[in-house]
Amino acid sequence: MSDTDIAAYALRLGDDALVLAQRMGDWIASAPQLEEDVALANIALDLLGQARALLTYAGALVLGADGGPRSEDDLTYLRDEREFVNAQLVELPDHGDFGHCIARLLVFSSWQYELYAALADSADQTLAAVAAKAVKEVDYHRDHATQWVLRLGDGTPMSRQRMQHALDAVWPHVEELFETDDLVVRLVSERVAVDPAELRTPVLAYVAAVVDRATLAVPVTTVRHSGGRRGIHTEAMGYLLAELQHLARSHPGATW
Amino acid sequence: MYGDHSGTPEQVWSHDAYADDGDADFLALIQADGRVEPRDAMPNAYRASLVRQIAQHAHSEIIGMQPEGNWISRAPSLKRKAILMAKVQDEAGHGLYLYAAAETLGVDRSELLDKLHTGRHKYSSIFNYPTLTWADMGAIGWLVDGAAIVNQVPITRCSYGPYARAMVRICKEESFHQRQGFEILHTLSNGSPAQHAMAQDAVDRWWWPSLMMFGPPDDASPNSERSMRWGIKRFSNDELRQRFVDMTVPQAQALGLTLPDPELAYDDTTGHWRTGAIDFTELFEVIAGNGPCNAARMAHRRGAHERGQWVRDAAAAYADKHRSATATGAVA
Ligand SMILES: [Fe+2]
Ligand SMILES: [Fe+2]
Repeated sequence: MSDTDIAAYALRLGDDALVLAQRMGDWIASAPQLEEDVALANIALDLLGQARALLTYAGALVLGADGGPRSEDDLTYLRDEREFVNAQLVELPDHGDFGHCIARLLVFSSWQYELYAALADSADQTLAAVAAKAVKEVDYHRDHATQWVLRLGDGTPMSRQRMQHALDAVWPHVEELFETDDLVVRLVSERVAVDPAELRTPVLAYVAAVVDRATLAVPVTTVRHSGGRRGIHTEAMGYLLAELQHLARSHPGATW
Repeated sequence: MYGDHSGTPEQVWSHDAYADDGDADFLALIQADGRVEPRDAMPNAYRASLVRQIAQHAHSEIIGMQPEGNWISRAPSLKRKAILMAKVQDEAGHGLYLYAAAETLGVDRSELLDKLHTGRHKYSSIFNYPTLTWADMGAIGWLVDGAAIVNQVPITRCSYGPYARAMVRICKEESFHQRQGFEILHTLSNGSPAQHAMAQDAVDRWWWPSLMMFGPPDDASPNSERSMRWGIKRFSNDELRQRFVDMTVPQAQALGLTLPDPELAYDDTTGHWRTGAIDFTELFEVIAGNGPCNAARMAHRRGAHERGQWVRDAAAAYADKHRSATATGAVA
């Protein structure tokens, strides 16, 4: 197995966690209630921790232009948009809508849960260790999202409508999570990576069960957005990176 | 507490200063340095002033999330981002402990938040200053959390048990915050010339406001006296301010940064650092609502609360349904 392949795979998972951490961080000091500021900050911190482990690993496997390893910060602050390989789902803006935040978290944490549970058996020791730790964190994220989907779906008529709209809004970005490509095929054959296609059934079964208990409907859509793994993002991504990277890029070479 | 709102006596004490001081048992308990617990008898004015002080302290914790939350998305390294997120999260936690402490006095959080949102309760004026650069994360941690610690450590011995106990936990976390802020500034001060200048600029802007966190001078703060007699306050504003100055000046020297006070000098006879005169007119302007960020902080807080209304309503409706569902289930 090639280090370049493993690095590219770790970068995907790391970017997913990093970008969602950035989105979740926006809720701290803006949540519907104080308990939720705390809970969303916890989730953001877990995701950030996963991102740091994965990016550090990716950066150590493939040397940078100067012949040395690239740090988590090099990868975070100095790559351009087309070099980010996260799924589009995680970059979608919430526009202050808690329902949207929760719909995305339900889908993504369900996906991450199945992914990490399987990746804990990876032939790659580092990925296996990261996954074994992260699966416990993500279990909590999934439970948190589940509780909110139930409350919002089965709460008031208005909250049911808003939660349904939020699920409808994220749904065109769900299938991208299950896409397989040559990189994944190579790494799956080496027992390093998990085939995203195999996550589809358990993830959608979990999400559908929650949606059903919440008296909501699983959205039906023929719209499918994708491209994140190839560095094709939504327009929102540029603004996310502008904010994330601006300060670090304004002081090249500085330490903080 | 984070401070300074004790500055306007009318707002803090709605009662005549010497009425309802408490019966002999109550005063004896306080004088013996005993703890008052929620079920104990206490004078109405004692209860009312504690509710106000604890609530305003809680409000300060949650409004204080905003100036630092402002930099989470832009933190210049992932390590700093994680530390900052955890810090702002801690402040939310402090808000939770303190609202819970206030609730032991027979009020509820939603009522207190309503008072904050309608401007009937104040919060610490320090949070009405803007965070303009990354170095402000350092200056706030070092100076604002530093001042908060000096204000709050004595409250760990406050006569009201739940408030004192909340403060023990909070003070531990505030001292982490202070160290982290110091470390941010230390890194900047020893970094590039631009980073050093950023650190100095932040200290220039935050130094005087942090001194004002201790409230007006003692001779302009008449109602501190009863608060002291009741064991809610242990030291005067000026004593605490002096303690903060003495602690901070050597730290500024260690940072290689200058405190923006040409008159700052060590007094050999007293062993204390003496500052130049503090311009309290600015503090009163900010308390009166005219600080740079008063309107923005309140708009953000109310906005988050209003945008979350449907969520809280849904949670309440869901809890109701499932409570009655369980009850029905029990009958069947
Ligand atoms: Fe605090
Ligand atoms: Fe703090």
